[in-house]
Amino acid sequence: MSKENNGIENLDLITAPGGNAIIDKSGKLEFTITVYTENQVGLLSRIAIMFSRRKINVESLNTSPSEIENIHRFTIVINEYEDVVRKLCRQIEKQVEVLKVYYNTNDELVWQEVALYKVPTGIIADIVKVERLLRQFGARVIAITKDYTIFETTGHREETDRLIKVFGQFGLIEFVRSARIAIIKDSSGFHEKLQQFEAREPGEDANENEYLNQQEQVFTM
Amino acid sequence: METLEITEKEKAATPIQNISGSEAVLKALVAEDVDTIFGYPGGAIMPIYDALYDYADKLKHILVRHEQGGIHAGQGYARSSGKVGVVFATSGPGATNLVTGLADAMIDSTPLVCITGQVFAHLLGTDAFQEVDVINITTPVTKWNYQVTDATEIPTVLAKAFYIAATGRPGPVLIDITKNAQLQKFDYEGYKKCDHIRSYRPKPIVRKEYVEKAAKLINEAKRPFVIFGQGIILGTAEKEFKAFIEKGGLPAAWTILGLSALETDHPLNVGMLGMHGNYGPNVLTNECDVLIAVGMRFDDRVTGRLDKYAKQAQVIHLDIDPAEIDKNVKATVPVWGDCKETLPMLTKLIDKKNHKDWISKFHEHIRKEAEVVIKDELNPTGEILTMGEVIKVLNELTDGNAIIVTDVGQHQMVTCRYAKFNQSKSNITSGGAGTMGFALPAAIGAKYGAPERTVVAIIGDGGFQMTLQELGTIMQFNVNVKIIILNNEFLGMVRQWQQLFHEKRYSFVDITSPDYVMLATAYKIAARSICKREHLKNALNTMLKHEGSYLLEVMVGKENNVFPMVPQGRGVAEIILSKEEL
Repeated sequence: MSKENNGIENLDLITAPGGNAIIDKSGKLEFTITVYTENQVGLLSRIAIMFSRRKINVESLNTSPSEIENIHRFTIVINEYEDVVRKLCRQIEKQVEVLKVYYNTNDELVWQEVALYKVPTGIIADIVKVERLLRQFGARVIAITKDYTIFETTGHREETDRLIKVFGQFGLIEFVRSARIAIIKDSSGFHEKLQQFEAREPGEDANENEYLNQQEQVFTM
Repeated sequence: METLEITEKEKAATPIQNISGSEAVLKALVAEDVDTIFGYPGGAIMPIYDALYDYADKLKHILVRHEQGGIHAGQGYARSSGKVGVVFATSGPGATNLVTGLADAMIDSTPLVCITGQVFAHLLGTDAFQEVDVINITTPVTKWNYQVTDATEIPTVLAKAFYIAATGRPGPVLIDITKNAQLQKFDYEGYKKCDHIRSYRPKPIVRKEYVEKAAKLINEAKRPFVIFGQGIILGTAEKEFKAFIEKGGLPAAWTILGLSALETDHPLNVGMLGMHGNYGPNVLTNECDVLIAVGMRFDDRVTGRLDKYAKQAQVIHLDIDPAEIDKNVKATVPVWGDCKETLPMLTKLIDKKNHKDWISKFHEHIRKEAEVVIKDELNPTGEILTMGEVIKVLNELTDGNAIIVTDVGQHQMVTCRYAKFNQSKSNITSGGAGTMGFALPAAIGAKYGAPERTVVAIIGDGGFQMTLQELGTIMQFNVNVKIIILNNEFLGMVRQWQQLFHEKRYSFVDITSPDYVMLATAYKIAARSICKREHLKNALNTMLKHEGSYLLEVMVGKENNVFPMVPQGRGVAEIILSKEEL
């Protein structure tokens, strides 16, 4: 591989549009669905089939324990029309072990994905611009052997994609990316909500009335 | 609550018992007031059946001839009694045979608890004999399902199962219990009914402001129209519903699952909605100014083309299931809640009215429909019997007091159109799923659910042949059901569509039948076959008066069609009265 112009200069290193909604060719929007559930065997399948039943492709799916014991949080990314997403979310929320479902467009979220890159150590060591590359992409080295080096970066899809192109020129051996994880900007967490769920006689403001509060947006013709 | 106290008393008397998982299952059923189980044994559920041997005085077990028959019987039981139907099946094929019934119960909101045996936990995932991944197969067709691998879980899981099946929008629950858990002995601390699951809120708090908005719309309406479904029956809100429409003077039409919630002869009952419903309700859906939907889900067979459905109307939608609101038809005012609660709230707020002129429009339409369709169907001049006249004579003889169970197809539509009902929970049919073969086993279950009532199953020659093995169940347990086979020697509904939409290319709809009288006789069931009008009344009378089960085959017109009809892809107002209008 040439040591000269390795292409880095030509890449646009300014990060992708963070806040803007991504709209695909059919006019569908990218939505992130956040699902709080009980920790139960079989629930992943029960949720996954809600998508496959409608022939919706899941772009990314992350599930892991939430900050609350025994409660799991799913983060699911799909491209769909809002009307479909809204109906889908209600049907997911209807599942017995699902506590709550939210859906958001990208501008309502802060999100990240983690990516790992395995590259031959020999080539990396020879290339002068690696340091600059790492600074520009905010990558970290997390393992080095004499055969390979593993870099890690976090960011949006476009950012991690760009680094694939760069490492591609350095003989990228293996690449893996995590699903999206996302924080809802105006969420106040789930603790309080959970207390309402646990109460036998929930107050007027409990979950079930939530979407009625947005009646004007949601229910008008 | 009472059961709770008893178990606590029991607990005090006998501190902790050491019992098997199987016995815990049966104790749970007894505590849940179950009296009848429909089931079929097999290897992986043998420990439960072994325990059942000692519970014969408390729990009746009806041995069906096929698990599909078992689950449809459970559905029939649930629909006629309003209780949860209970079904047992073994692992593997036993469990997979339940799938059609689960799908049917899911879409028709029927409360069921199905208990399936499963191979030993250590064999799960090893392709063991009669091992099938039942949980994953049944996930899309159950409201909830759960696999038990440890007996200590059984009391709480079954308590949850009954709670989930019966509350909110009811539905089927399946509990898969591995054989080791059935055999395992554990310290049983009594059974406690479930009344709360934090992730499940079956009964929303009603928001008054929406009830007020709805009442305002109704009070301002010039042409209000109520359409109702099974939600009224499931919510036991028949009285509340009647009070509501009577105060508001509101004409009301039903979906086929809502049928019998309001008696046929009620002056505000304006008939049936949907593809083969009455002319008036369909046409006037697109003329009303306020459409009030109660406990129904705007199925495509009811709405026809959605972009031509009630576009002029403000829509009020009362439903307990939030996922139904705005799913197919946008609601101007959603009233989310149990209609047993919301209807009285609404009744209180609406003005006493009587929309005479508007209601007379429904009557005008029914006169037109009577002229073109109903007259010939109920009082035919031709020699050959029609399905409609069989129902008419049946009405005369039962006076609308029987439970009518129908299968799927032309006979179902004709029966729903013309059968008379005086009381709720009397119409049992497979609606959303359209499961042929439903009626015979469902009728068996319906009889156990309401033993004091006359149960008449009306079935086509196609559907009957799908589950006729259940004649064996009728024979063995002397189940007093009356079976009418309306035999047109065709798969009639498909034939009708082929005639109307496929240039009469009758592709594989010509179906032959066995000699039903001989067949019934082989099962020791009294039977008769008729094809002449002069025998009809007498034959139906003999059937109804007969002590015990009876099968009556009626030969009807081969190529009769069900009209009116909203052809697929058309709006409700484009309903046609005859094929000439197509």
